[in-house]
Amino acid sequence: MKTYKNTGSKDTRSGFGAGLTELGKTNPNVVALCADLTGSLKMDEFKTNHPERFFQIGIAEANMIGIAAGMTIGGKIPFTGTFANFSTGRVYDQIRQSVAYSGKNVKICASHAGLTLGEDGATHQILEDIGMMKMLPGMTVINTCDYNQTKAATLAVAEHQGPVYLRFGRPKVANFTPEDQKFEIGKAVTLTEGNDVTIIATGHLVWEALEAAKELDEKGISAEVINIHTIKPLDETAILKSVRKTKCVVTAEEHNFLGGLGESVARTLSLNHPAPQEFVATQDTFGESGEPLMLLDKYGLNAKAIAEKAEAVILRKE
Amino acid sequence: MSTTQHLQDFVTQVRRDILRQVHQVNSGHPGGSLGCAEFFTVLYQEVMEYSTDFDMDGKNEDLFFLSNGHISPVFYSVLARSGFFPVVELNTFRKIDSRLQGHPTTHEGLPGIRIASGSLGQGMSVAIGAAHTKKMNKDTHLVYSLHGDGELQEGQNWEAILYAGSKGVDNIIATIDYNKKQIDGATDDVLPLGDLKKKFEAFDWKVLELKEGNDVEAIKKTLEEAKGLTGNKQPVVILMDTEMGNGVDFMMGTHAWHGKAPNDEQLETALAQNPETLGDY
Repeated sequence: MKTYKNTGSKDTRSGFGAGLTELGKTNPNVVALCADLTGSLKMDEFKTNHPERFFQIGIAEANMIGIAAGMTIGGKIPFTGTFANFSTGRVYDQIRQSVAYSGKNVKICASHAGLTLGEDGATHQILEDIGMMKMLPGMTVINTCDYNQTKAATLAVAEHQGPVYLRFGRPKVANFTPEDQKFEIGKAVTLTEGNDVTIIATGHLVWEALEAAKELDEKGISAEVINIHTIKPLDETAILKSVRKTKCVVTAEEHNFLGGLGESVARTLSLNHPAPQEFVATQDTFGESGEPLMLLDKYGLNAKAIAEKAEAVILRKE
Repeated sequence: MSTTQHLQDFVTQVRRDILRQVHQVNSGHPGGSLGCAEFFTVLYQEVMEYSTDFDMDGKNEDLFFLSNGHISPVFYSVLARSGFFPVVELNTFRKIDSRLQGHPTTHEGLPGIRIASGSLGQGMSVAIGAAHTKKMNKDTHLVYSLHGDGELQEGQNWEAILYAGSKGVDNIIATIDYNKKQIDGATDDVLPLGDLKKKFEAFDWKVLELKEGNDVEAIKKTLEEAKGLTGNKQPVVILMDTEMGNGVDFMMGTHAWHGKAPNDEQLETALAQNPETLGDY
């Protein structure tokens, strides 16, 4: 099977920061807004390079979303930055009315998503954001897997007309996406080809899926790993093509099983090609304080859990 | 015809439009709409520079945002009669397949609308954002906004008020429809707003008080004064005293007509108090 090399672990939020820095140089319409988390979001360089295009809003996320919506009127492309929790649930109605329903070209950039935010605990570890954002008509929802992909996605969303939710995280994770890989919104990336099971993963769990595929390979099971960086619009063609071949699927995400990637995949399958599916996701629970990797282990969001679900779902094939 | 006479005729026709729109579908918000008929008329007929060849970006023109979107009947009437879309389209208000939704939206592409509003408290932030973009684009035109007084109970306003004052956003003119009434009764009974002038001043805003908010000349004078105060590193707010239901005797002095449509008989009485001027749709 095809294997991937970690070229050096980095945090996905730094990929966002690097992308934003590049956009600052290449696209004069890009503006950035932050709610008192400039360092955490890695927006410092953009701020230093373009003080006239950087807006410190203070701890007032509702106001930030409204200002961003207003800024689009006159051609600016606002990128808002705060933690995923404060980017979504806290400002759902502002996003719904002023951004999504109004069709505004705002890029909601959300760091520290999921359990891997770590020690701050459940108040900050949102596991419901993908669900909230994907339910909004017209919203594009992206969850990137590593530094390089996050940087590429940041560049890509600036070219996309319409609201985008771009979700990334805090910890350093394996960086394996080729630096020059173009990011195509809504286009899945098939990482390994296999015949026995399809593993559809997003965000931090993509690397875990690749690790699981290695484990499975040693047992003689060939897994097809698909990186779904865009949860909406979902690349149904890629999913169906793979599942028609493997006849079963495991989805993996750092999110509640309710409202996440897994449910979107299940809908696609039930409408087009029903197949057994297992979900690697949190089980309708809040998180807790702890080290990121220990949390992923405790909540069953790792390579081991993915491999176990893969073996289980293969047994369910008719 | 004098300018004042033209404005008054315009206001009377707008009142008729408001009443007929809400009556036809037996829903909508006539009270606040009637209270702001003079303000909208002066803003669109006298004060703002704009093109009716609508373009969302609105570069090199003044912009207006309605934050208290439920007074859409007055907004629609004034937009139509200012040339943004055919007046006859007022006939479709709140009906299926209409561009004139219950609350204003960009979603159906109605010319003149630049943001959806209805869920309260969001318009000031949007106005600030548009004002920032005007500065970045070196566009010296202004951004106007209107907010209900009861709407100031929404916390997002105070985030925006703090921001605009602290950051010296000086190309916006916000107006508060200070009718002191909301759905459940007097604002003083629901949740008193206290001394709004002092509150805005404490947040570093320049405050103008407009006691005759249903007088076209007084509105014009105050809006011109407000324009003169922009560009001074300070946002400007007008506290505009209005009468909910203004121009229809049985709708005035009460909050009862905030969100209630007149019946056939009541409509007839109300229209008789406001004879046709520019022609009904």
